[in-house]
Amino acid sequence: MSELSVNHLLGIKYLKKEDIDLIFKTADHFKEVINRPIKKVPSLRDITIANIFFENSTRTKLSFELAQKRLSADVISFSAAQSSVKKGETLIDTVNNILSMKVDMVVMRHSNPGAAHFLSQNVKASIVNAGDGAHEHPTQALLDSFSIREKLGEVGGKKVVIVGDILHSRVALSNIYALQMQGAEVKVCGPKTLIPKHIESLGVTVEPNLRKALEWCDVANMLRVQNERMDVNYFPSTREYAQQYGVDKTLLDSLNKEIVIMHPGPINRGVEITSDVADSKQSVILDQVENGVAIRMAVIYLLASKIQ
Amino acid sequence: MSQKVLLTSKEVNIILHRLACQLIEKHLDFSSSVLIGIQPRGVYLAQRLKNILENEYGVKNIPLGFLDITFFRDDFRRGEKQLDANKTKIDFLVEDKKVVFIDDVLFTGRSINAALTAVQSFGRPSEVELLVLIDRRFSRHLPIQPDYRGRQVDVINNEKVLVCWEEKDAEDAVYLITTTNP
Repeated sequence: MSELSVNHLLGIKYLKKEDIDLIFKTADHFKEVINRPIKKVPSLRDITIANIFFENSTRTKLSFELAQKRLSADVISFSAAQSSVKKGETLIDTVNNILSMKVDMVVMRHSNPGAAHFLSQNVKASIVNAGDGAHEHPTQALLDSFSIREKLGEVGGKKVVIVGDILHSRVALSNIYALQMQGAEVKVCGPKTLIPKHIESLGVTVEPNLRKALEWCDVANMLRVQNERMDVNYFPSTREYAQQYGVDKTLLDSLNKEIVIMHPGPINRGVEITSDVADSKQSVILDQVENGVAIRMAVIYLLASKIQ
Repeated sequence: MSQKVLLTSKEVNIILHRLACQLIEKHLDFSSSVLIGIQPRGVYLAQRLKNILENEYGVKNIPLGFLDITFFRDDFRRGEKQLDANKTKIDFLVEDKKVVFIDDVLFTGRSINAALTAVQSFGRPSEVELLVLIDRRFSRHLPIQPDYRGRQVDVINNEKVLVCWEEKDAEDAVYLITTTNP
């Protein structure tokens, strides 16, 4: 297979295992490209891409922009903070105005779950979801799995624990879908208040004890506590959270095996993980960032090939 | 569909030795030259030539790389079936080197055009040459001609040249395949 089964990347849920394999295979080649002396290919020289970010982002936005530029696409970027959205324009109007300027693809982050899906049904362009509320963040899950595959050889059969704020996390949901599709076993771990009810229906198990979870797993994906999405207090204090669910070097060294530590960023150092864990050799956090560019190049390249 | 043998295994072998000798004539000990096989099918020819040069003519340490041109093609999104990318493996810089591109069949010249762009990612070669096993005459879209050619053939549009390699296809041979409905 050399073509994706979808025209938009709205979420991992809509992909097939073969799509993920194709994205990874293509990303392998792009990873080689971005390590060349000249890190650019001319594939998308006739494609224009709009990056529309209704929510703050550093890593994802830079990573997408860099991926697009490495593929020679023309890029326009737009942050809602400096736009007419503040004047009351609707989402469809904003995007249709941008598309009138002959844009082929839209990469969008929005705080409402389903925003990318809504857009894909209402505007004529290829849509890439760069995070929609607490729903999905597909490119993050792809780069996480790609990093596991790179570090451990394969994703199938591995045990992955996702620790922290599962309730507000789009990274968690996309990761659960992606990991299960590839045959990995998934547990979630965190304060009861931050674990969604009925999460077992996704086929994951809940482990409230961090040490037990870490002793079980091959990979721990430490999520950020999303204070900006918390309208009430979900745990007594940051200090208590760090004591119960933060990983420090002492805990890591006391495990009976060496596990891989991942974090989607931005890190609250001293909360989810301490600095010495983030900078340890077991951490693949910076590899995740590098792989993010390769994965996004692959996704954009494969979707662009389907634009008529 | 009919199939005609253009070159047998014995003929391919003779041609490979001639091409190897022609390369030595120009590049001597290959101290400032590199071979680059074009993915996917030029790599077998490139590897074979390197083996002949090293084992039978005693030229040692010839740098050999494989170049994939998928992302440099000019027909991306133009109705053609999307091609799978292959591995690029060039672990040297081509800066100031004499580069020999190696491919099995030269047809429109567009692959070589893409390869000329792609190789610039690895430096500025002092010179680029082209070696092909089969040169299809009268089919070029671009002003590109080979410096070394195995065999020149006249092929019309509904005919296809298929180069088989023992490593992949269990035999060395070149076939001319004619499809009945062009």
